[in-house]
Amino acid sequence: MNVPSFPIGPVRSVEGTAVVLSGDDIDTDRIIPARFLKCVTFGGLGEQVFADDRLERGGAHPFDLPEHQGARILLVNRNFGCGSSREHAPQALMRWGIRALLGESFAEIFFGNCLALGIPCLQAPHGRIKALQSFVEANPSTAFRLEVDAARLHSGDGQAWPLDLAPGPRQMLLSGQWDATGQLVSHDRELLDTAARLPYLNAFSTD
Amino acid sequence: MSAGTLYDKVWELHRVADLPGGSTQLFIGLHLIHEVTSPQAFAALRDLGLGVRHPERSVATVDHIVPTTSQARPFADSLAEAMLQSLERNCAEHGITLHGLGSGRQGIVHVIAPELGLTQPGMTVACGDSHTSTHGAFGAIAFGIGTSQVRDVLASQSLSMNKLKVRRIWVDGQLQGGVYAKDLILHIIRTLGVKGGVGFAYEFAGPAIEALSMEERMTLCNMAIEGGARCGYVNPDATTFAYLQGRPCAPAGEAWQRAVAWWSGLASGPEASFDDEVRFDATAIAPTVTWGITPGQGIGVDEAVPTPEQLDADERPIAAEAYRYMDLQPGIPIAGVPIDVCFIGSCTNGRLSDLRAAAAVARGRHVAEGIRAFVVPGSEQVARAAEAEGLDQLFRAAGFEWREPGCSMCLAMNPDRLEGRQISASSSNRNFKGRQGSASGRTLLMSPAMVAAAAVSGHVADVRRLLAAPTSPVGTAPEVLSEPVLSAACQP
Repeated sequence: MNVPSFPIGPVRSVEGTAVVLSGDDIDTDRIIPARFLKCVTFGGLGEQVFADDRLERGGAHPFDLPEHQGARILLVNRNFGCGSSREHAPQALMRWGIRALLGESFAEIFFGNCLALGIPCLQAPHGRIKALQSFVEANPSTAFRLEVDAARLHSGDGQAWPLDLAPGPRQMLLSGQWDATGQLVSHDRELLDTAARLPYLNAFSTD
Repeated sequence: MSAGTLYDKVWELHRVADLPGGSTQLFIGLHLIHEVTSPQAFAALRDLGLGVRHPERSVATVDHIVPTTSQARPFADSLAEAMLQSLERNCAEHGITLHGLGSGRQGIVHVIAPELGLTQPGMTVACGDSHTSTHGAFGAIAFGIGTSQVRDVLASQSLSMNKLKVRRIWVDGQLQGGVYAKDLILHIIRTLGVKGGVGFAYEFAGPAIEALSMEERMTLCNMAIEGGARCGYVNPDATTFAYLQGRPCAPAGEAWQRAVAWWSGLASGPEASFDDEVRFDATAIAPTVTWGITPGQGIGVDEAVPTPEQLDADERPIAAEAYRYMDLQPGIPIAGVPIDVCFIGSCTNGRLSDLRAAAAVARGRHVAEGIRAFVVPGSEQVARAAEAEGLDQLFRAAGFEWREPGCSMCLAMNPDRLEGRQISASSSNRNFKGRQGSASGRTLLMSPAMVAAAAVSGHVADVRRLLAAPTSPVGTAPEVLSEPVLSAACQP
């Protein structure tokens, strides 16, 4: 697999072809079955993404089709990534090559896990996603450019699709602060102030 | 916007700072760790040159990968052994308490933290596991996180979070005989859908909720995530306090009275406002069984698999996939569907009261021919307490296997799994395709009593009929004792 470097610093845009995965409620057990969680690194997950679905479809799964090799944008429907909190799921997608997801909606924990890896998940209403999925299926070699700030997807032939991305995640991606660790550890004084007012850390005294 | 709810109060108390972009840095009061989602977090910490900021607020155990037949080390599965060794090394290096195998305190992370008294009202609880919502049963704000966020909690005892909306789920009436908290939550998810709770915390309230025991409240909150809600909670009350009193990590002495006073003030008051409210009537709920591939595809045991015409248009595609995968035809009654494997256990239903409910059905009966049935207690404490009551003997006499504690066939990361297209009756929480370890295996979710009913019947059966019917005694029915309460102090 030819996989680009993982996100680092500000994430302003994602460029590449797209791959469609139709269907609601695609859970993280399907993205990466539990037996592949037996690992102490995320290293090998890229090859195991959708392992059981791909086996079931005998080479006809979108992730196995030659025209979608190298795709960077994943188009999904509703409640994608529901179920288990396993970060192995976005890790597997990222290691396969996915750098952005567009869908009707995403499960809460999955969305946060993607953000923590610098992978934007943008939303659009049912009709627009369906139209975009049909367009990609008819034109699989079309290259797109996703602009995070404008929340807009552009195709090389001049078409554009508006998308939704909440201001918080958008700002985090653009500033490079999607990796929150640095900010969190910088607030140690505030953290200790908070701890000092929590009754359960202070023998429930009312002082 | 919600105001005056327990969620609002606990959120405000734990707010460390406002972060650029509008998210909140939230203090995490209790961080729970297990072997599957933590090794990469510790490795990332090392790469960043950071330590664990407050190891005294993290507690670890091993649950997902442990075998349930023999827990002798090293495990036969070298990958599982490597994961446990990694956890042991990381906890030792950073001074984190690990409740390991044979410690008397090991078990599923969402079973042991409550039984040790670690989970308390008003806390924020995070764990790299989506069923962390379980701890909301105590009036804690508890939610699952990914591995990058586990790293963040280790590094800073806090997380970058966005506040959720609050939906009150008010349940009137009382659950009827043979109907349990599991049926209630399956019914709620069936009604509101698996996406219905996205963006919400669920507050469960009303007479039916107040009447639930703590273990039932845990079952309820455990599956909030299956309804899309990252956390679910119940306001703390006398039931909560009675459960906590005397537990090893619960406050004691004078602090106990002060704790109860503080906890009592956390509940959503009459002035609280919610972003949304939904009402249910517990009295009308039947034992509920899933027939499909999402936890929202549930029906009463006296109902038939829905036909496409009975479903909303946008539910039909996944229903079509479910008919095919499950090989269940629309319109057939769910009662009578043959079963291959019966699993009683998991963080949803692996506690003592769950085992008692299943035992009440198994008592004097025997597992039907051709069925493999096994019971996996949720923790070492649950196992020992059940054995003290003779439940292990009762289950064995009835043809069930009695195993050692762990997550087991809920997600099949250990040797317990379905084979081929086997179909299970399972007291766990997810019926996703391939969930129980076979890429074509099938899962019907139900209460532990309903699993026992399926085991002795050989097919899905209405537990209410079995509970009403006389049985021929096999051995001596054990006396049911009161719940065990430990008095030992917290380990450092």
